[in-house]
Amino acid sequence: MQNPVTRRRTFAALGEALPAVPLALFFLAWFVAPFLLLVIISLFDTAEFRALGLRQYGKFFTDGYSLGVLWDTLELGFLVTAVCLPLAYALGLVYVAGGPHRRTLILFLIMMPMLTSAVVRTFAWIVILGREGIVNNTMLALGLWGTPVRLLYTWGGLVLALAQIQLPLMALPVINSLLKLDRNIVDAAEALGASRLRRLCTVIVPLTLPGALAGALLVFAASTTAFITQTLVGGGRIVLMPLNIYQQAVGVQDWPFAAALSVVFTVSILVITYVLNAAAQRRMRGIDAA
Amino acid sequence: MRLRPSDLVYEGAVWAVAGFAMLLLLAPTVVVLITSFTGGQTLKFPPPTWSVRWYVELAQSSELIGAGWTSLKLATFATLACGLLGTAAALGIARSRSTTARLLDSLFMSPMVLPAMAFGLALLMVFSVLSVRLSLWTLAIGHVVICTPFVIRMVSAAVQQLNPALADCSFSLGASRWYTLRRITLPLIGRGVFAGCFVAFLASFDHVPVSLFLSDARTEVLPIKLWQILEASLDVRVAAVSGVIVVVTLVGMLLAERLFGLAANVQESR
Repeated sequence: MQNPVTRRRTFAALGEALPAVPLALFFLAWFVAPFLLLVIISLFDTAEFRALGLRQYGKFFTDGYSLGVLWDTLELGFLVTAVCLPLAYALGLVYVAGGPHRRTLILFLIMMPMLTSAVVRTFAWIVILGREGIVNNTMLALGLWGTPVRLLYTWGGLVLALAQIQLPLMALPVINSLLKLDRNIVDAAEALGASRLRRLCTVIVPLTLPGALAGALLVFAASTTAFITQTLVGGGRIVLMPLNIYQQAVGVQDWPFAAALSVVFTVSILVITYVLNAAAQRRMRGIDAA
Repeated sequence: MRLRPSDLVYEGAVWAVAGFAMLLLLAPTVVVLITSFTGGQTLKFPPPTWSVRWYVELAQSSELIGAGWTSLKLATFATLACGLLGTAAALGIARSRSTTARLLDSLFMSPMVLPAMAFGLALLMVFSVLSVRLSLWTLAIGHVVICTPFVIRMVSAAVQQLNPALADCSFSLGASRWYTLRRITLPLIGRGVFAGCFVAFLASFDHVPVSLFLSDARTEVLPIKLWQILEASLDVRVAAVSGVIVVVTLVGMLLAERLFGLAANVQESR
């Protein structure tokens, strides 16, 4: 039997969370339940929903094509994140070093593309990378290239376009951690004779890792699932998980296999997110202890 | 302070990378605006001649305008719903350290990380199992889930900055919970709510993966229509639509900054 005071506290805690109940119910019905149904559908052996089994997953893991598509998608996520990291840090360092005017300007530069439709930004990249686009025309005019080079529908073009489209997701958390960083620690490193590069590598980056990680996870997740950019800048020859799921579900109408693909894709993202988070937390504990 | 040569190289490198990043961030907007005024038939850049012909074509294109209306209606429904549900939820969980509150927070934020393609397919399966006919409402349900994280993040940030003593004062002066919410809490977090709704609206207007599964011929949304046009042929009308979207977004951003300090809200929520 709880004593009255604890009981009152429990009630108070429940009462506090009460406003969250409607949204929680909405998410249970339209977010959690759909994912559960997705798992159930993936357990049917045939597209006619007759027998249960693990055939779809067997098909996925023995089929080199599907595994390759998954691998390419995750690799794309890592590459885009890797391109965004230095860009976000450079932006952040210039932001923190500047006065209020420069800060507002950079913040608007970051927010503008973030809030402009991704379809529009993808379209811009088609214009930039196209056969008669800016890059080709500039290089031809400068005489650096003899003939137009194909940039659209290539892996490199896709990584660059996605990096631009997702950069705001990384830049904002990085800037925020840089703002929260205790200047005294950096000054101490300076007083002890550390060069700027050394301060960046051994003090600033390790201490702002949580922000960078939060951004990295968002960029990774967003670029692996960016259907529009992947299909338009990547073209039909680069097939990644979102297009693969779409083709199986809408084109072939094989729902169990499309569901299995979705489950494998979701679980891969969750596992990577979890591992990265755990690694960063272990690192942060190491820094705190030191 | 004496600068070492290596420090100068470092400063130069940081500025070079940052300059490249700023150019990258700015380029698409500028390119879209310039391209939309081309007089040519192709997406050649810079345009060979100038004209507003693609804006004229756009004004006459009923399918694009229809899709734009559908997207606007959808984004409005979704924003109203997740603004209401999300603000209430954020008020409930933002300050609490209890496990339930943390779990709910992760649940409400998870649409940002989980693949939206998988969620769209899953939702389609649910409606199919329930034999619910697809409509603007079923589409809106998907969009509410997708847009909720933006509202939760920004309203939570605003709630966390709220001084709890203010609500306590109001209670001790005899005000009811409802009165305190209306007269004290909501006015103080209002900027966060508006900023969250603004970003949620744009996120819905722009969202594709869920709509890909849940929209049909009657509920064709603008981003998917644009995607289809671009997949089939690199039609220059898309440039005119993009020009309109860019200008409207920019004006919206400036208004939002004036009215409720958008930039500060976006920054504090990260």
